This record gives sequence, C-alpha cells and structure tokens, in this order.
Amino acid sequence: MSEFLYLYRGGVRGTSPEQIQNTMQKWMAWFKQLSEKGHITNMGHPLENAGKVVKGSKKTVTDGPFAEAKDIVGGYTLLEARDLDQAVELSKGCPIFEGEGTVEVRPIMQMNM
Amino acid sequence: MDPSDHLFRREAGRMVATLTRIFGVHNLALAEDVVQDAFCRALEVWKFRGVPENPSAWLMATAKNRALDVLRRERTARTFAPELGRLLESEWTVVPAVQELFGANAIKDDLLRMMFSCCHPRLAEEAQVALVLHILCGLSVSEVASAFVSGGAAMEKRITRGKKVLAGSKRLFDIADAEDFAARLPAVHRALYLLFNEGYHGASSESAVRAELCREAMRLAALLREHPLAATPATFALSALMCLHAARLPARLDASGDLRSLFDQDRSRWDAHLVAAAEKLLDAAASGDELTDYHLEAAIAWVHTTAHRAEDTDWGTIVSLYDKLMVMRPSPVVALNRAIAVGQRDGPQRGLAELRAIAGSDRLAGYPFYHAALGEFEFRSGQPENAREYFVTALALARNPMERRFLEQRVSSCERGASSQRVAQ
Repeated sequence: MSEFLYLYRGGVRGTSPEQIQNTMQKWMAWFKQLSEKGHITNMGHPLENAGKVVKGSKKTVTDGPFAEAKDIVGGYTLLEARDLDQAVELSKGCPIFEGEGTVEVRPIMQMNM
Repeated sequence: MDPSDHLFRREAGRMVATLTRIFGVHNLALAEDVVQDAFCRALEVWKFRGVPENPSAWLMATAKNRALDVLRRERTARTFAPELGRLLESEWTVVPAVQELFGANAIKDDLLRMMFSCCHPRLAEEAQVALVLHILCGLSVSEVASAFVSGGAAMEKRITRGKKVLAGSKRLFDIADAEDFAARLPAVHRALYLLFNEGYHGASSESAVRAELCREAMRLAALLREHPLAATPATFALSALMCLHAARLPARLDASGDLRSLFDQDRSRWDAHLVAAAEKLLDAAASGDELTDYHLEAAIAWVHTTAHRAEDTDWGTIVSLYDKLMVMRPSPVVALNRAIAVGQRDGPQRGLAELRAIAGSDRLAGYPFYHAALGEFEFRSGQPENAREYFVTALALARNPMERRFLEQRVSSCERGASSQRVAQ
C-alpha cells in the first residue's frame, strides 16, 4: 500500500439550497464509501479561500492566494491505495466533477527507499 | 442527514427573512448572498466533519456571524433596515441587537413579514406565489419554473421583477399595524391557496414536486394560525380546506401510478389524521361570523369525506354549497364543478345542460377536465361515440403523463362501449 494526497480544486457550487444539499450528501456518501473500504487515512480539511502568502527572503506577506476560483485549493484528504492507478480510479467517484472541479492525485514520498 | 429531508430549502426562507429584516428590504440581494454563502460553508465543512448535531442552529449561527461581518464592514457604505436605525450602527448595540433578531420568535415574525411583503398589491397573483416559493420556500428560479411548468426565462423575469418591486418598497410589511395586516391578509390567503392548488391540480408531472408544494402551503398556513392577527376564521377555513384535500392525496394515484378520479378512489386510503385535523380547524373556522369562499370550499371537501362510498355522496348539499360559491366567487372552474355536481344529483342530461350553459365556457376551452366532464356525461347518457370525441379533445390538452394515461383509458372505455353497442344492435 502507498499513501496519496487528494487536492480538491474548484467545483462550481449548486445554485439552489436543494442542489447544495444534494452535492453535500454526495460528498458524504463518497467519503463514507472510501473510508469503509479502508482507504482514508486522514479525512483532511476544507480550506478557507482567503489567507496570506509569505514569499522570498524578505518574507513579504501578501493577501492571497487570489488564484482564479477554479484553481484555489478547497481542501485535501490523505488516503491509502495499492498504487497510483488505483488512487486515480478511486478519485473518479468524487462529486467535484459534477461541478467541473479537479482532483489532483499526488503520491506521498516514502521514507524507505 | 436523511436526503429526503429538505433542510437547506426549509432553512433558506427563515434565513433570508431574518437577514432581510436586519439589512432592510432594499438589500434583499445581499441577504440572499449571505444565505448562499452560509450554505456553501456548510457544504465544505460538513462534508469533512459530518453534519452537526443541530444543523439548523449551525446554519443560523453562520448566517448571524456573516450578518455581523457585513454590518461592520459596510456600515458606512450602505444603509441597513431604517427601522433598526442606530442599533446597528454602534458596536455596543449591534451584537445584542442581532442576537435578539435571530431569536426563535423574532424569526417567526420575520417569516410572516416576508410572506406579507411578497403579496404586494403591485404584483400579479402568479408573481406573488412565485416569490413566496422562491424566497420563503427556498426554491430556485428553475425549480419554481418546473413546479409551474413554465419556461425558465419567463419565470426568471417574473421573479426578478417581483424582487425589484419588493426591494423598491421602502420597508418590509409592518405586521404590527392591525389595519394594514387585515387588509393584506386576503392576498396572503389567496397566494397560499394558489400555491396549494398548483400542487394539487397543477400541471407538473412529478408527483413529488406537487406534494411538496402542498406541504409548503400547509406549513405557511400553520404559521398564519400561530399569529394572533392572522388566526382568523378565513385562515382556519383555508387550513381545513388544505387538510381535507391533502387527506385525499394518497388515494389520487393508485398502485400503478395512475390518476384516480374522486369517484373511484380507494377511500380507505384517505388520511384519517388529516381529516380529523381538518374537522378541528372547521370548528375554529366557524367561531366568528365571517363566511368566506374558503369556508364553502372546505365544506364541500368535507361533505365528500363523509361519504364512505362515492355513491353515498350528498350531492344536494354539495350543489347548494356551489350555488353559494358562485355568488361569492364566480368563475368558470367553480361553474364547472357545480355543473358536475348537478349532473351527479339529477342525471347526466341535466349535467350536460349545465355544462353547456356555463357563462364564459370559452375560458375553459383549454382546460382538459371541462371536455372530460362533457365526455363523462355523454358516456353515461349512452353516447359513447360523442363521449369519445370529448375525451380525445381532453387528451390533446393533457398537461402531464398522468392526465394523459387517465384520459387514454377513458377514450378506450368509450371505444369498448361503442363497439358493444354495435354488437347489441
């Protein structure tokens, strides 16, 4: 088993209360399914859109990240899968795709060579 | 959280109503943005952390905090509710003021205020109903459009204009003014009546959507009953009427999803609890000397529920109630129902004569059940071929698959009737 990170970006939100609730219920069902199969090692967190960016040797602090809505990282999850292919396959069930969002699947570097 | 629980939709109305009270009706759009924002936060947080123990309270608290942010940030750039004035201006008073405005009783009043505001005399009745559905029941424009089988663009226009009128009125309706309250109440009744009817008789093909419109109308009517100025005999009569019709909802569709007319519904499937609730409401409705068209319609519906079999129906009483209704609120649809009742009482020939004598029957020309009623009485008069023609006309006007199937079955009964007549000759 290897560890992976899912980074969630974008995903248009529903326009009506009912649609937003439906979207949420789909996410919860997806997470539940992944965790019942033992894939989730750390549920992760949702992230606020606004924050600060600290940069350079002068450690300049700016408001940010101010990326376009579709590029902002909205949250992350840590999980276990057999290999990258399986991690990618599992990500395809994510409801974010209904709203044109993306999931970035990144293997976590391991200590043992 | 149970997916069938429309929590967000239900909370949307409460949140918008309260925020509009705080921000002022001219900032309706801002209130809607804050609500949308609260739902999006819930979506993000709950999907990772699970649904909180008291989701309604969580949403309300989030809306409250956002409201405080907005009040602080835009204090100088915007004016908020004029009637709250200075309370919102100073940091000393804004927190307790907002705290109190988010209290349970305050929220109930906010819903009423918004309900009365939506029934603005400058708006057509259909626009009032659309606004109630959109603002108080949390349906998006496209959801309202599909409930009314209307084009999304037309509904968008209707709702946008409605909101403009609402936002343009200086302040929300003042529910403390007894005189204005009494003057606006009939329009509110009418809007809830139309909302319920849309669910009950409307054109949308999805029975779930329609049942929900009925439920929303009943929920809002219950709110009226809780307010001393709104708990009038007419409110009780309207509520009774809704309960009696809702009681029949489970029997309107049979096991195969086909529409059943009142005459061949399985009456054991009528909801006895709702009938009992309606009877209590009817008692309350009789407490004053006010007699409204809702009283008459409720009485008609009640007479139907007292008949255990369709053939036991007291048509004499029903006809006389329709006669009174024709005096109080004449309309081609009331006349149609009256003519059907006369036909039930005095035979199909009289029914046909009454149907043909309806003043303004041209306004019924596009209504499938007018032609179906003519077909029904022709059929019972032993004229299946004439009947068939009427049912074919009705079929062409059917507004959803359920009506279509129902009328198709009537057409084929006529064809069977006609061929057995030919065999007999």
